[in-house]
Amino acid sequence: MYRYIAKRVFLVIPTLFGAAVLVFALMRLIPGDICVVRLGSGGGTFDPRAVAVCHHEIGLDKPIWLQFLNFVWGFCHGDFGISMWSGKPVVTEIAARLPISLEIALLATAVAVSIAIPLGTISALKQNTWIDYVVRTIAIGGIATPSFWLGIISILVVLDVTGAVFGQPWMPPIDYVPIWKDPIRNLSMAILPAVTVGYRYAAVSMRMTRSAMLEVMREDYIRTARAKGLIDKIIINRHALKNALLPVVTLLGIEFAFLIGGLVVTEQVFNLNGIGRLFVQAVQNQDYTLTQALVMLTVTVFVLCNLAVDLLYAWLDPRIRFA
Amino acid sequence: MRSNLLAAGVGAIFACAAAVLPARAEETPQRGGILTYMIPADAPPSLDGHREGTYATIHAVAPFYSVLMRVNPENPADTTHFTCDLCTSIPTPTDDGKTYTFKIRTGVTFHDGSPLSAEDVAASWHEIIFPRPGVLSARQNWYSVVDSVAAPDATTVVFKLKYATSTFLPSLADPYAFIYPNKILSKDPHWFEQHVLGSGPFKFVSYDIGQEIKGERNPNYYHKSQPYLDGFIGIFADKQAVRVDAIRAGRAAMEFRGLPPAAINDLKQSLGDKFKVQTSDWNCGNLITPNARRKPFDDVRVRKALLLAVDQWHGAPALSKIADVKTVGGIVFPGSPLAATKAELEKMAGFWPDIEKSRAEARRLLKEAGQENLHFELLNRNVDQPYKYVGTWLIDQWSKIGVTATQKVVPTGPWFQLMRSGDFDVVVEANCNSVVNPVLDTQKYLPHDVFVENYGGYSDPVEADIYNKMLHETDFTKQRVLMRAYETRVVDTEAHEFPMLWWLRAVPERSYVHGWKIGPSHYINQDLADVWLDKQ
Amino acid sequence: MSITLPGNATIPAATADDYVATSHSFRHLALDFCRRQPFGAFGMAIVLVMAIAGLSAELIAPYSPTANDFAAMTEAPSWTHWLGTDQFGRDLLSRIIYGARTALIVGLTSSFVGGFSGLVLGVASAYFGGRIDMVFNRIFDVVMAFPLIIMALAVVSIFGTGVQNVIIAITIPLIPRCARVVRASALPIREVAYVDAARACGYSHARIILRHMVPNVMAPFLIMLTAFVGQAILAEASLSYLGLGVQEPVPAWGLMLQGGAEEYASTAPWIAIFPGVAIMLTVFGFSIFGDALRDALDPKLRDR
Repeated sequence: MYRYIAKRVFLVIPTLFGAAVLVFALMRLIPGDICVVRLGSGGGTFDPRAVAVCHHEIGLDKPIWLQFLNFVWGFCHGDFGISMWSGKPVVTEIAARLPISLEIALLATAVAVSIAIPLGTISALKQNTWIDYVVRTIAIGGIATPSFWLGIISILVVLDVTGAVFGQPWMPPIDYVPIWKDPIRNLSMAILPAVTVGYRYAAVSMRMTRSAMLEVMREDYIRTARAKGLIDKIIINRHALKNALLPVVTLLGIEFAFLIGGLVVTEQVFNLNGIGRLFVQAVQNQDYTLTQALVMLTVTVFVLCNLAVDLLYAWLDPRIRFA
Repeated sequence: MRSNLLAAGVGAIFACAAAVLPARAEETPQRGGILTYMIPADAPPSLDGHREGTYATIHAVAPFYSVLMRVNPENPADTTHFTCDLCTSIPTPTDDGKTYTFKIRTGVTFHDGSPLSAEDVAASWHEIIFPRPGVLSARQNWYSVVDSVAAPDATTVVFKLKYATSTFLPSLADPYAFIYPNKILSKDPHWFEQHVLGSGPFKFVSYDIGQEIKGERNPNYYHKSQPYLDGFIGIFADKQAVRVDAIRAGRAAMEFRGLPPAAINDLKQSLGDKFKVQTSDWNCGNLITPNARRKPFDDVRVRKALLLAVDQWHGAPALSKIADVKTVGGIVFPGSPLAATKAELEKMAGFWPDIEKSRAEARRLLKEAGQENLHFELLNRNVDQPYKYVGTWLIDQWSKIGVTATQKVVPTGPWFQLMRSGDFDVVVEANCNSVVNPVLDTQKYLPHDVFVENYGGYSDPVEADIYNKMLHETDFTKQRVLMRAYETRVVDTEAHEFPMLWWLRAVPERSYVHGWKIGPSHYINQDLADVWLDKQ
Repeated sequence: MSITLPGNATIPAATADDYVATSHSFRHLALDFCRRQPFGAFGMAIVLVMAIAGLSAELIAPYSPTANDFAAMTEAPSWTHWLGTDQFGRDLLSRIIYGARTALIVGLTSSFVGGFSGLVLGVASAYFGGRIDMVFNRIFDVVMAFPLIIMALAVVSIFGTGVQNVIIAITIPLIPRCARVVRASALPIREVAYVDAARACGYSHARIILRHMVPNVMAPFLIMLTAFVGQAILAEASLSYLGLGVQEPVPAWGLMLQGGAEEYASTAPWIAIFPGVAIMLTVFGFSIFGDALRDALDPKLRDR
C-alpha cells in the first residue's frame, strides 16, 4: 500500500512540471506585449522609452531560460512573483479573489449534492416511469444548457419580475462582503451564480447517481436481500446507496476540480470578483506571472483531487491495500 | 394676426423664463451623500497617473489628486480655454512664446497636512518630462518641446520651451499629471503605484483589489465649499451589462465613460424620468490604416478606392443607432476650430456627398490598378463598441464595389503586436486622446520615421514638413491653412489613412446627480469636486 | 448427433444453423431502438432536424444570414421575420438555421477527431503498459487539467480566428478525456489471455490493437462520441462568449449570444433567447440519444 501511495504521489511531479512548461510556452507564443497594452490600450499615444522601462521593471528583458528558471524555482518555494499588470504580488491578487470563488463552489456543491442524490435515487428506483423521465429531462437540461446563458436569462428574469412586482428592479449586490460581516448581502450575491453553476453540477451527479444505483440494484446481493424479505427502504439505505455512492463521490471530486475552471464564464456574467474573472483578465492582459500562477493552482487542485480519488480506490481495493 | 404675434411673443418670453428659472434652482448645490459609480474596467494597472495610460487609473484616483491646470469643469466642451487648479491664472508666454511662468496658490495642503508648494509642482512635472532612469513616464514624448522646468521660489513654476508652439498649454492640462509631494517623490517614485497621497477634493479610504475604491471628503480643500459629496465609491465592472443593470437597479448612480445607444435606450425605457443622459462628441475616432508595405496597398489608387467606397454620411445615422458613433469628420476633432467644415470635408475623397459618383470612381480606380476582385483581411480589435460594428459595416460597404473582405478579430495584445510587426492587410484602429490638442492629436497620421506609433508603413516627407510647420506656427489662421493642407495630403492625395466616424459619448446618470458636465474625453473632469446629489 | 447426459437424457447437439445470425436489417434495428427507447428516438429526431437544417440551409433559410438591413434593426418576431432581427437587421431565423451548420461542423468534427485520437491513444496506452502508459497518463493529466481558455486564446492568437481554429482549440481537451475512458475499458481486456495468445501467434501490435481491443471498447466509445458533440457545441458557445471563438459575421449560436445578446437583453430579448434555446435543444438531443444508445448497448441495463 505504501509503495503504491509513494509511487502515486511521486507521479504528481512530472504532471506539474509538464503543466509549467506548457503554460510558459503557450503564453509566450501568443503575440502581444503587456507593456504596450498597458500604455496604449486607451488609444492614446505613449512614449516608446516608457515601454523599455516597463519591460525592465517586470523582467521581460531577461533571457527566456532565466525567466523559466525563476518561475519554476519560485513555484517550488511558494514564491509566485509579482503580477506584471498591477505590480502587486501574485499571492495578494489571488488571495483577494479566492473567497468568493470558493464560496460559490461550495454552495454549488451543496446545491448539487442535496438535489442530485435524492432525485437520482428516486429516478433509479422508478425506472422508466414518468418520474424517471421528468428527472432525466431535468438532468439532461442541466447538461445541455450553457451556464452563462442561464446566468444572463436569470439576471434578466429577476430584474424584470422585481421591476414588475415591486416597481423597482432588484439586482444582486455587485460588491462582495464576507459572509461573517453581512450574511444576507453575501448570500444574495452568491445564490444566483451558485444555482446556475450548481444546476449543471447537480445534473451530472444526478445521472451518475441514477446509473450507479441501477447497476447496484441489479447486483445479486440486493436480490438476496429482497428474497430475504427486507423492506425496500432498508435495502436502499443500508446496502444499495452505500455502494452506489462510490462512483458518485468519485465524480463529485473530479467535477469539483472542473468547477473551478467552469467558474470562468459564470463570474463574467455575474461580475464576481473571483478567480475565474481574474484568470480571464490575466490571460487577456498577457500577464505571464499571474497566468502561470493561476494555471499551476488549477492544475495542482486537479491533480490533488485525482490523487485523492485514486488513493481512495486503492484503499478500497483489497488487492492494493494489502499488498 | 397681431394678436397671434403677441401671443407668440408672450409665449416665447415665458418659455425663456421657464428655461432659465429651473436651471437656476438646479444650480444651488446641496452638501452630502455618497456617489456610487461604475468604472468600466477590471482594475487599474497601478494607481500612479504618470505611468499609466488607461482610464481605469483616472476614474479610480483622479478625485484624490490636484493638477496644475485643467480643462474648465464648468464648460469641458470648450477646447480652447483652460482653467487653473493649483495655479492662480493661465499665463501668457513671454520671451517669444518660449517661457511660461505659473503662480501657485498658497494655503494648499496634502491630505497628511503637509503644505504644497511650487517645489512639489515642479518636482512632479520634472518627473513627468525628464523621468529618472527606471521611472516610467507614459507621455514623456508630449513634452519633448520642454527645455526645463523649475521652481525659483515657493510660489512660482517656470517652464522654458525650445520653441514656441500652440500645443504646449493643452498638453499641460493632461489629467494624468497628478501633483505628488516631493518629499516622497524624491525618495521613492514607485511609492505612488500602490499608495495614494494627494491634495485633491477627496481623501483615500480603501481600495479592494478588483472590486471598488472608496474616498471621503477632504475638509481642507482649497476650492471653497467643494467638494459637495461626503464621499464616493467607484466599483469596477468590465462587463457593460453589469453596469447597465446596476444603474437600472439603483446600485450605482452613473458611469463616466459612455454607453452605446442600446444601453441608453434600455435605461430610458426602464427608468423613465429618473434618468438623464449627457452627450458629447468624443475625442476618439476610428481610423482605417492600409498596410503600405503590402501589395496592393502600396498603390494609392487601391487605397483611395477603399476610401471612396464608404458612405460615411448615410452610414453614420444608421450606425449611431447601434454603436457609439455619430459625427462624420476629418482628422481633427469636430468640435475644434481647427476642424474642417462640412464644405471643406466634401471636397476630400471619402466625404463626397454623391456616393454613387464616389463608388463609380472607386471602381474605376480599382480597374485601373488591376484589382477588381480585391480580397483581403481586415484586422480588428476584439472590442464590440464600436470596433466590431464599424468593421462589419465597412465590410458591407466594400462589398458594394466588388471588394470582399473578411474580418480577423483578435484580442488587444495580439492586435497591437500584429500592427507593430506590420503583419496585416488593413487594420481598424482608433485615435483617442484626452485633452483636445488638435495639432498633437493628429500626430497619428505622421509617417513612421517621424512618429513611431504609425503602423501604415509609409514614408512622406512632404506631409512631415507640413506638420512641422504647423507645430511651430503660433498664428491661428495660418495654422488652420496648414492643417487643411495636412489633412488633404493625408486623406485625399495619398489616402494614407482614412479617418472614419467620430465616436459619441453618452453618459448616463440618475436624475439626482448634478454638477458634473460632460466633455469630449472620458479622461478629463473626473475629480468629482463639482458633483452634488439631490437628496432622494 | 445428440449428447447423452447421465441419466440417459439427451439434448440435441448444435447444428450449423444455430450459429447463423438472424439477419437484422438496419430498418429493423432502428425501429427496434425506437420502440425500446422512445426517449432516445426523440433525441435522434431532434438531431436529424438540426442536421437537415444545417445541410439544406440555403434552401430553407428565408434571408441571407449576413446581410445587414439597417432599416429593420432589432425587430420583434413578426410574420416577416419569424424570430425577429438582431442589431444589424439580420434575420434571426436564418442565422439560427445557418448556425446549425456551424454547430454541427464544429461539434461533429471536434468529437470525431478528438474521439478517434483518444481511442487510439487510450488503447495503445493500455496495450503497451509500463513506461509508455505512465508517460501517456502524465500527458493526459496535463492536458486535461489545463484550462481551455488559454489554449483557445493561444490558438486564436497564433492562427487567427475561423471555424477550423476553433475546432482545433476544442478538440485538444477532448482527446485525453476520451483516452482516459477508453484506457479504463481497455485495461481489463489487456489482461485477458487471448491477447497474450495472439502475441504468441506472432500478430503485430497494430493488428491486436485494431482487431481485438478496439472492438471491445466500442460501446463506451460511441457513447462518449455523442456526449462529446454536445460538449463541443457548448465549448464553442463559451469560447465565443469570451470572444475567443468564431468571429463575425459567421453565423454561430455561441457568437450570437455574445455582445449583442447581453446588450439588448432587456429591449430585444429574442436575440438572447433563441440562440440559447437552439444550443440547448441540440445538446439535449445528442445527450438523450447518447443515453439511449448506452442503455441499448449495455447488456446489464437492458429492460428485463
